[in-house]
Amino acid sequence: MNVPWAAGQVPRTQGIAQNDDVVRARQQVRGHAQQCKLSLVDQTKFITAASELARNTLVYGGGGEMRSGLVERDGRRGVAAVFEDSGPGIPDIELALTDGWTSGGGLGLGLSGARRLVDEFFLDTEAGRGTTVSIVKWSR
Amino acid sequence: MAKQDSKSDLAGLLSADRERVVDQWIDSVVGSLKGRISKAEVDRELRELYAALVEALVAGGEDARGDHLSETRALLTELSRNRARQGFTPSETAISVLALKRAFEPALRDGSAEDTDRYLRLSRILDDLALFTIETYTRTREEIISSQATQLMELSTPVVKLWDGVIAVPLVGTLDSARTQVVMEKLLQALVDTGSEQAIIDITGVPAVDTQVAQHLLKTIVAARLMGAECTVSGIRPQIAQTIVALGIEFGDIVTKATLADALQLALKKSGIDLVAHQGGGR
Repeated sequence: MNVPWAAGQVPRTQGIAQNDDVVRARQQVRGHAQQCKLSLVDQTKFITAASELARNTLVYGGGGEMRSGLVERDGRRGVAAVFEDSGPGIPDIELALTDGWTSGGGLGLGLSGARRLVDEFFLDTEAGRGTTVSIVKWSR
Repeated sequence: MAKQDSKSDLAGLLSADRERVVDQWIDSVVGSLKGRISKAEVDRELRELYAALVEALVAGGEDARGDHLSETRALLTELSRNRARQGFTPSETAISVLALKRAFEPALRDGSAEDTDRYLRLSRILDDLALFTIETYTRTREEIISSQATQLMELSTPVVKLWDGVIAVPLVGTLDSARTQVVMEKLLQALVDTGSEQAIIDITGVPAVDTQVAQHLLKTIVAARLMGAECTVSGIRPQIAQTIVALGIEFGDIVTKATLADALQLALKKSGIDLVAHQGGGR
């Protein structure tokens, strides 16, 4: 999916290689969500989704990077984040998006929960090729 | 090392036009620091450094990591530490050494081949010393960061006693595995120490509750239960509540409250304490 980055906006990149980077990614996304003037609930939802995906990138993807920034489509403004890793990929997307299923030691709600927290959710993955997850939340 | 003849002697190069070189050096360093350190202080620092450097070179030391330059390194260590603590950038710190090279350039223009050779040798020493400065600077910064992290870890996890038999942990900031471990240990220890049966975990100060935070919370609560205490989670703000629902996290039979006051009231009730409002209250 091509993220419709707002004109004149260069998405900011944050590497995700250790635990502290998840916090940094979250702070960066918080900045963008505030800039976009999302409501407090939507801000919290988007930040939480980003937090889940950043941690997935770190724990399951073996690290990667996040790009985030403002987006614009048909006059609507929103905020987007793209998480990219070159880890093992997800062999069974259906299974991975099932509530409660985890290949690690988590609650199994990160990926499926993140999908429910945002307006648009795109998962591009292939076993052995890595994973890219893009999320968008539109301002109301 | 044997004393060399004056032409190839580095100490000679430094002593030849000493006042002009040192003045120019001090001026360019003061300029680069943009007045954030007084000229008098820079003056003192750099003159001391220069003297130590000359002394080391007279003694024949040309290895930046060698014994002869240990005095110089000690002064540089102090300088870099101070700069790091005062919030200067690595460049602003290293320039204190590197600017000295620039001070020699005028002399080089109409100098002989020997002068150039001496300049290059001095330049190599100064480069090494500049690298040393940056290393020290970075080390100091890392020390500061790690001590702050430790302080923060302890600061942000107090266990407070609200009533006889009721303790509370107000959580502030990000909950990662390391911090949860500290919180859990402190909470469980406080349960034993105070003989409390009610524990309140207040998450008003936690900016976002994701699945990892929830999982850490659940583990802490289960551990407290195993010790016979009842746990209430308070401080669930509207946006957090909606996020938790969307994420699909189940808190099961764990009691949650919107505010710490509600949680305290519930804990008191469970401990068999009734709060009675007196008539004509407000005194």
